[in-house]
Amino acid sequence: MTILVIAEHDNSSLKPATLNTVTAASEIDGDIDILVAGSGCQAVADAAAQIAGVQKVILADHTCYEHQIAESMAPLIAELGKSYSHILAAATTGGKNFLPRAAALLDVDQISDIIEVKSADTFVRPIYAGNALATVQTEDAIKVITVRTTAFAEAEQGGSASVEASDFVAEQTMATFIEEQLSESERPELTAAKVIISGGRGMQNGENFVLLEKVADKLGAAIGASRAAVDAGFVPNDYQVGQTGKIVAPELYIAVGISGAIQHLAGMKDSKVIVAINKDEEAPIFQVADYGLVADLFKVLPELEQAL
Amino acid sequence: MKILVGVKRVVDAYVRVRVNSDGTGVDLTNAKMAINPFCEIAVEEAIRLKEAGAADEVIAVSIGPQAAQEQLRTALALGSDRGILVETEEEVKPLAVAKILKTIIEKEGIDLVILGKLSIDSDNNQVGQMLAALCNYPQGTFACKAELQDGKIAVTREIDGGEQTVQLDLPAIVTTDLRLNEPRYASLPNIMKAKKKPIDSTTPAELGVDITSKVKTLSVAPPPERTAGVKVESVEELVNKLKTEAKVI
Ligand SMILES: Cc1cc2nc3c(=O)[nH]c(=O)nc-3n(C[C@H](O)[C@H](O)[C@H](O)COP(=O)(O)OP(=O)(O)OC[C@H]3O[C@@H](n4cnc5c(N)ncnc54)[C@H](O)[C@@H]3O)c2cc1C
Repeated sequence: MTILVIAEHDNSSLKPATLNTVTAASEIDGDIDILVAGSGCQAVADAAAQIAGVQKVILADHTCYEHQIAESMAPLIAELGKSYSHILAAATTGGKNFLPRAAALLDVDQISDIIEVKSADTFVRPIYAGNALATVQTEDAIKVITVRTTAFAEAEQGGSASVEASDFVAEQTMATFIEEQLSESERPELTAAKVIISGGRGMQNGENFVLLEKVADKLGAAIGASRAAVDAGFVPNDYQVGQTGKIVAPELYIAVGISGAIQHLAGMKDSKVIVAINKDEEAPIFQVADYGLVADLFKVLPELEQAL
Repeated sequence: MKILVGVKRVVDAYVRVRVNSDGTGVDLTNAKMAINPFCEIAVEEAIRLKEAGAADEVIAVSIGPQAAQEQLRTALALGSDRGILVETEEEVKPLAVAKILKTIIEKEGIDLVILGKLSIDSDNNQVGQMLAALCNYPQGTFACKAELQDGKIAVTREIDGGEQTVQLDLPAIVTTDLRLNEPRYASLPNIMKAKKKPIDSTTPAELGVDITSKVKTLSVAPPPERTAGVKVESVEELVNKLKTEAKVI
């Protein structure tokens, strides 16, 4: 068996999600190649070559792959993927965008968001916002899979794979990249953070997130939010944790002024330790919290900052 | 311009589903069913385009059991012009859904397809992307903004790092994220009017689509249960416990 892993990167650095995906691939048991598709991304290919267990890096370096537009990525993946038994990508907004398109070009179903590899053809994936776990088996000749990164550890360094260039070019004109607005932050990325403190509607407005930031500074934490907080415009959309936002599983998740709707829990209930701060002792978040503090967040957050 | 929207019948987003006793699926007996929330946003977006004069007709399609008529009626009450029910009692996997939608696009001559980015039951997030591949159309997934301009559509997409805008030729496939719009409620007169709007019925077989899938669900199990821990009385106690008991700070 040979497995093709699609690298997650921004043309200059390899993203950790790739490392989680390689670990999932290694549990399938086969030779692992990595595809780095981008523009001016030799450094990414070199980094990918150092991941332990990787045999070969395929570098598709062309302007048509610069923004990993699905309309170019899918034909490339489908073309290269023909000679593999498995194609894996992280279930990030990148992988979720281009991989199903590649699967359809290969005329196979995709298995989304796996959290466990049972065997080379059998996988476990959450359904119903994580309220059930389905074990699915596929007989497709090429198994196309996205991987929930929080369910797999990061692969180690120490490999020395060869880097091979692909000259396959998938230029197209039907979709044009216009612009990207990326949130700038000094804080750790949500999906990679060891500690996350998230605010919900209870925060009342965006300015009050300063209270969370002060605590986050002390803990080296990332800041997250519920959908209600994002919808109300307190913070940008990429802060959202949940079924439709980011799936996180840090060592410590502190939910502040968040009620604990199923869709929010879907994104954080695999955290190691959960703390809930909420003034309503009936709030469902307490049902999953290891430590619950029934209190007014405006009183408690400054105290917490002091105590750390 | 003709717009096609997908409407899936799913369990209501606020129902707490449980795995059935024989571990083959979830127990939906008597559960409240609804339009998938992302599909509802797709319907709303299409109707706004029609109201703005950019579209002539909005066709809602549902693939599912006879009872999915209800969700089509809701889509009609919200303002869609007509419905198509592709009736089947089988679970239809994303690739087959995409193949069915493609036959409808070809038959109806569709300029823009708006679908939910995922359905909250199977959580696949695949159909729009697959349909775009099969039709060789561009795709604007996870849209939080969509604007028609000079025969093209500019779609702003929610991505992990923030937002990305792409411009797509038409025909195109757009999949909705939650912040694209806030769906309206159907008014009583519109609900009454919707009863007279046409719904055509067909089947996957009539459309020539084989819906068998090579992916089988072997079993369904509940997730590991997380139990409530303890309540602490003060910040001091909390910090103490995090340091000495949980050892996470
Ligand atoms: C299809 C779909 C997808 C969704 N996806 C997501 C998702 O990905 N992520 C997500 O988060 N949600 C998602 N939701 C929304 C979800 O259902 C909830 O509406 C949302 O999570 C609620 O956010 P909240 O807990 O901040 O707000 P609320 O439910 O309004 O809770 C606010 C909480 O703050 C507490 N509070 C208020 N003031 C204070 C105070 N001074 N001190 C202490 N506590 C206080 C209140 O007691 C309350 O518990 C989705 C919904 C749907 C239908």
